[in-house]
Amino acid sequence: MLLSFLAVTAIAIVSLRDLFAVVMLFGIYSLLSASIFLVLDAVDVSFTEAAVGAGISTVLMLGTLALTARTEKKPAHLAWLPLLVVAITGAALIYGTLDMPRWGDANAPINQHVVPRYILGSLPETSVPNIVTAVLASYRGYDTLGEVTVIFTAGIGVMLLLGNGNSNRRRKKGGRKR
Amino acid sequence: MFIAAALAILVTMALALTRALLGPTVYDRILAVNMFGTKTVLIIAVYGFLTGRPDFLDIALVYALINFISTIAVLKFFEYGDLGHAGTTRRKRGAR
Repeated sequence: MLLSFLAVTAIAIVSLRDLFAVVMLFGIYSLLSASIFLVLDAVDVSFTEAAVGAGISTVLMLGTLALTARTEKKPAHLAWLPLLVVAITGAALIYGTLDMPRWGDANAPINQHVVPRYILGSLPETSVPNIVTAVLASYRGYDTLGEVTVIFTAGIGVMLLLGNGNSNRRRKKGGRKR
Repeated sequence: MFIAAALAILVTMALALTRALLGPTVYDRILAVNMFGTKTVLIIAVYGFLTGRPDFLDIALVYALINFISTIAVLKFFEYGDLGHAGTTRRKRGAR
């Protein structure tokens, strides 16, 4: 049910030309995918999706809309070649899934490698009840820290790029107040 | 009971989605997105009780906060045309 909503939203995003509506639909899209992640029991991913997708990126895209136009130009012709490429890629990916082991199969390679160790060892080792959280925050703690650093650096870069025009104005305002 | 509630919420989500897709004016879409967020909060809460994990309520609360913030951002964008605007009080001070 949620996945069908997701598909409907995605098709509408592609077909709509009013960019403001597209931003709104993006919000709906990320709320939907956040709920799907939650149903799949990945609470952290769901949190991130809701905060980044529905919160920050909506605001960022609205800021972009404020700087640019609000409607998209109509494409001059239907893009058949990209559609063909996408269809072939999708067919190849679906063909690839035919070879995969059944979902939840205990003998599948993914369930043989490190999963038993996480399932058995994560609670005594980290005392975090949710395994996904334990992997993200404890076993891959340095990895997550590095990701946070990357995002922080990117945020500083964007602020330096965008905030240049505003800071002059702000300085003027502050001067007037004093 | 919870299943009925979840189904009702899903139907409401579908209706809100339709409004967001069709919505002739901008405000229809804003309202639809806000309502969709509220329905997400509700369905997370109901799903938590459905699967016997009421601790999902905390997550639902965080979602409610995020939904609120993004709706405010959208409305501010529409009132002033950009997000960096300081609001009405600052503008009055500037006029003085």
